[in-house]
Amino acid sequence: MSALPQTARAITYREALRQGLRSVLLNDPDVFLIGEDIGKYGGCFAVTKGLLEEFGEARIRDAPLSESAFVGAGIGAALAGMRPVVEIMTVNFSLLALDQILNTAATLSHMSGGQCPVPLIIRMATGAGRQVAAQHSHSLEGWYSHIPGLRIVTPATIDDAAGMLRAALEFRDPVIIFEHMNLYNVQGELSVDAASINIERAAIRRAGQDISLITYGASLYKCLTAAEQLSAQGIEAEVIDLRVLRPLDEKTFIQSVRRTRRALIVDEGWRSVGLAAEVGMRIMEQAFYDLDAPVERVCGVEVPVPYAKHMEEAALPRVEQIVTLAASMVKHVG
Amino acid sequence: MTLLPTREHALHLLSEMLRIRCFEDRCAELYSAGKIRGFLHLYNGEEGVAVGVMQALRPEDDIAGTYREHGHAIARGIPMRSLMAELYGKLEGCCRGRGGSMHIFDRERRFFGGNAIVGGGLPLAVGLGLGERLMGRDAIAACFFGEGAVAEGEFHESMNLASLWHLPVLFICENNQYAMGTAWSRSEAETDLIAKLCGYHMRAESVDGMDVLAVEDRARELAEYVRHQRMPAFLEARTYRFRAHSMYDPQLYRSKAEVEDWENKGPLIGLTQRLKAENLMAEEDFIRLQRMANEEVDDAVSFAEQGSLERVEELTRFTYAEQTA
Ligand SMILES: Cc1ncc(C[n+]2csc(CCOP(=O)(O)OP(=O)(O)O)c2C)c(N)n1
Repeated sequence: MSALPQTARAITYREALRQGLRSVLLNDPDVFLIGEDIGKYGGCFAVTKGLLEEFGEARIRDAPLSESAFVGAGIGAALAGMRPVVEIMTVNFSLLALDQILNTAATLSHMSGGQCPVPLIIRMATGAGRQVAAQHSHSLEGWYSHIPGLRIVTPATIDDAAGMLRAALEFRDPVIIFEHMNLYNVQGELSVDAASINIERAAIRRAGQDISLITYGASLYKCLTAAEQLSAQGIEAEVIDLRVLRPLDEKTFIQSVRRTRRALIVDEGWRSVGLAAEVGMRIMEQAFYDLDAPVERVCGVEVPVPYAKHMEEAALPRVEQIVTLAASMVKHVG
Repeated sequence: MTLLPTREHALHLLSEMLRIRCFEDRCAELYSAGKIRGFLHLYNGEEGVAVGVMQALRPEDDIAGTYREHGHAIARGIPMRSLMAELYGKLEGCCRGRGGSMHIFDRERRFFGGNAIVGGGLPLAVGLGLGERLMGRDAIAACFFGEGAVAEGEFHESMNLASLWHLPVLFICENNQYAMGTAWSRSEAETDLIAKLCGYHMRAESVDGMDVLAVEDRARELAEYVRHQRMPAFLEARTYRFRAHSMYDPQLYRSKAEVEDWENKGPLIGLTQRLKAENLMAEEDFIRLQRMANEEVDDAVSFAEQGSLERVEELTRFTYAEQTA
């Protein structure tokens, strides 16, 4: 007797994250959560809604507004053998915990000669696009990716939202999971078993032979939309989702660029000294002679993100910018 | 009970609170209508604190606030037109539409911001006090913040530094009992804030933040102390926020009954009842003040509606100062 085929149900990115959290809480008694308003309030983006009721206060720990102390507490608990998953509401507030993240979590393993690895997971929301102005709109993924000792991941799809946490727990390193604020309501179907999700490789989200659009996080959707528009003009773009910003999986994007001979990097972070600069430089080092056009970038404009809608839009990467620039690169004759 | 002020001053206090209440209620409507965007934190219920404290400050004093700062801005005399235009993201707004609700600045009125980072205004206020001292002026800095900030390291560092360096800063903690969904008692090992401050050698007291007269009375005395002794002081105003934390908050952490209970103890009701009982005010006065407040808000809204948008070419302008030192 064959069972009826399971009809996949569309879930939101938020629900996928919650499933990921639930499954690690169920599977590993050492996993516990710390964060502001994750319990009684239900999570500032409602990701942790219902977990307090299911797992209780000892494992879903509401913390006061003390980012430095509770991130540090996560580090200490990790050293003691637990598997803390700390939520910082948004990357903007992670700056209050930066000392603990950079000076302690990222350094302990190496500085102790390997004695003290820090198996700590930190989740935080990131990004702009909701008119919440400069202090709430930072994209500091690239900035954090500068730091040796950290692993940085940026789930952009439903599958990655559900599976990256479990994959992160397989390492004994501090891992930061950046969840772009504009993705929480994105819907999709879980297409793979979360157990097969890795946090080592970039992914090709759309195949194409004319140009590589290299991106991560919520900008993935801008690139996919741009790729459709380019396709209407007869240009087939390959879209690479970096997924893991540190350590960077350069093999995937270098191979792509060798095929397409053109690379356009899309990054919401500020342009100077950013992640896009790093990706671009690796292409220069490894694929220079394969290029038919200069490597280009579409990045956040170097300004604190303003409140007014038209100004905020102007400060962030836009689909039409990607399309125009990509098309001009393809037409470029080297 | 605090002494009653003159009729004129009492009506001034009432009018200021009504102006804030009307402004905030209109903001809520405009948010639902999509005219105001981003995060919006309203001050309903807490008007007595900003209005009471502002009576004790002089034009030369400095102010630092939080993202829930419309009330302070209005009580400080920032024109509603420039505030509302800011919330509309218009060029005519006090920050040319760059800041929005959480970032109101008005240098002329020495209003040094709305700050969207909890606790972020505290070190800034310490610096304002330091600056006033070093410049040899007798101005003071007033710093408004929510009780949620008390758990941050920046709070404790600021208390210590202000006291250690004898800086003229008046700290006003608006204890509305919840930091988003976290009740004060669930976030503090010691819930007696004044006891907690013992270690900082700072004059500190609590006041009923729902009683604007009491707030004014305590703020006047503490502000004079700060001004003349060149020492910091601390005022905890016990209050309550009537509306949700922001426009996204389902308020699962408190009951409707609790909110209603506090609404009945609100600063507007309290003052109105007292003034009526003392025959200092008639119902017509209240109606007149309310009408005037509404008209002022109407005017601010139409000003904002007719405002213009900053040219996109100006996007990066002001990232750096336009003049060199
Ligand atoms: C450092 C930091 N952490 C978290 C937040 C998110 N957040 C915004 S307001 C708020 C609650 C603050 O409560 P309180 O200080 O009591 O002020 P209230 O909102 O009650 O006026 C939180 C957690 C933030 N803005 N800054």
